[in-house]
Amino acid sequence: MKIVVPVKHVADPDAKWRYDDDLTVDRAALEGRLSELDEYAVEQAVSLVESGLPATITFLTMGPAPAVDGLRKALAMGGDDAVHVLDDALPGSDALATSLVLARAVERIGFDLVLCGMSSTDAEMQVVPAMLADRLGVPQVTFANTVSVQDGVVAVQRADDASVNDVTATLPAVASVTDKSGEPRYPAFKAIMAGRKKPVATWSLADLGLDPQQVGSAGAASVVRSAAPNPPRPPGVVVVDDGESAVQIADYLAAQNLL
Amino acid sequence: MSEVLVLAERSGAAPRKATLELLTLARRLGEPAALVCGPADDAFVQTLGQYGAGRVYVVDDPDVTDFLVAPKAEALAHVVRQSSPVAVLLTSSREGTEVAARVAVRLDSGIITGATDVTPDAGGPLVTQVVFSGTWTTQSQVVRGTPVITVRPNSVAAEVSPVQPAVERVTLTISDAARGARVTEGAPTTSSERPDLTDAAVVISGGRGMGSAEGFGLLERLADAMGGAVAASRAATDLGWYGHDFQVGQTGKTVAPQLYLASGISGAIQHRAGMQGSRTIVAVNKDAGAPIFDIADFGVVGDAHVVLPALIDEITRRKG
Repeated sequence: MKIVVPVKHVADPDAKWRYDDDLTVDRAALEGRLSELDEYAVEQAVSLVESGLPATITFLTMGPAPAVDGLRKALAMGGDDAVHVLDDALPGSDALATSLVLARAVERIGFDLVLCGMSSTDAEMQVVPAMLADRLGVPQVTFANTVSVQDGVVAVQRADDASVNDVTATLPAVASVTDKSGEPRYPAFKAIMAGRKKPVATWSLADLGLDPQQVGSAGAASVVRSAAPNPPRPPGVVVVDDGESAVQIADYLAAQNLL
Repeated sequence: MSEVLVLAERSGAAPRKATLELLTLARRLGEPAALVCGPADDAFVQTLGQYGAGRVYVVDDPDVTDFLVAPKAEALAHVVRQSSPVAVLLTSSREGTEVAARVAVRLDSGIITGATDVTPDAGGPLVTQVVFSGTWTTQSQVVRGTPVITVRPNSVAAEVSPVQPAVERVTLTISDAARGARVTEGAPTTSSERPDLTDAAVVISGGRGMGSAEGFGLLERLADAMGGAVAASRAATDLGWYGHDFQVGQTGKTVAPQLYLASGISGAIQHRAGMQGSRTIVAVNKDAGAPIFDIADFGVVGDAHVVLPALIDEITRRKG
């Protein structure tokens, strides 16, 4: 069977994000890395194969040239090969366009299981796995704290706002895993070198039969009208406990009508 | 004016507080209507009417509750096609977000998630979001299709505006494709004694500095004294001191209560992303250099195991 793991090369979480005057974000100017939350998906895919699931693993990304670094990191952790969708028309793609491009690429690769991270660490929308499932016409088993695959069925434990549920689906399916699913491995030097030798294909939009107008800024279904940095919270009061601080907190809460 | 369609969520037998907030927001944009997936008894419908829902669509089909996300998206897309609302509002829960995602694909409509405010504008709803781990605020608009917007709980106060709702029972056949992910077991994670974490007005949260699972007993006592919910940092949930379902932060829940009291939490950026929309932040931490003090309105450098018991006593005394 085939497992496809879509991954995103994102700015480092501590990077200084900013909107430029034209209300776009110059992501290329930020130091990048494989999204931490996608590492959990890579780990689960590699673990499934190590624990005996007969499957090949293909990593998939879309993004500018440096995004290939994210694929190399994933390939160092395991897997077989990777696909990089690279096209000048892609920058500015919204989640609808991203899911469209990924769906076409997943279809071209062929898949039994698409295994995603729960969210990107930059846009943080958490919508792409569900969108992918809708476009591919397959079930979604998302926000999984645990994932197992047996006899063509994927089973997960999913936590939502007010409940924890066991959910199962027959393959093919789309899954996403949370940061509770298991710590990602840290690849050793030998694994990093092996990862560099694994094949990475580069596909354009034309390879996927997509029109540049469907993606990027041209195809965006929503636009940013204004953006401003938040002012820092006004400095608060900090006291060192001298035995009276419980009363001081209570006084403060009472003054804010919070008691 | 046209309808603004709200996907109702439930908390036990009643509509969730966040749903009533959505109806309050919807009144700014048009005539609120609600879609209920699953059973909707008279009390449920009347509560929606109390908050302005003039029309309540009900899809009471076991398929929409036995399977994950997709059937609800199918039902919602069906009602949108039927009623042509000017916008669709959902709660930014995991399920609400994923239903929104699928509906946006089906309608080829723009989607904006995690809104903290929505206001009417000539070009359609103007949606405020706090982005980049809480460091920027943006206003955005959907420019294609029916705007699909998810809103964070506690973004507005729910206000009553009673109307007598017309109930419309909708029948549709949920497709085989949408009945792929079966929910086989389910258990509620919220304690019946405390408010839902994401809806709570007061959140008492603990981190590594609480020292042990027993330390969270202290937080529960304080939460109960204040009628609040208990939360935890990722460090504390990873250590097994408190349930993962109560984790606040980038990979947990986003909360925006009136009061967030952080105890023994250093305040890494991933944690702040989930709570810095809180109106008032109080922090207790032994380490005077902890970044949580940068965003605290009131901070105490001290031992939570000393400060919190005294605070519980003080609050209990004042509340008589």
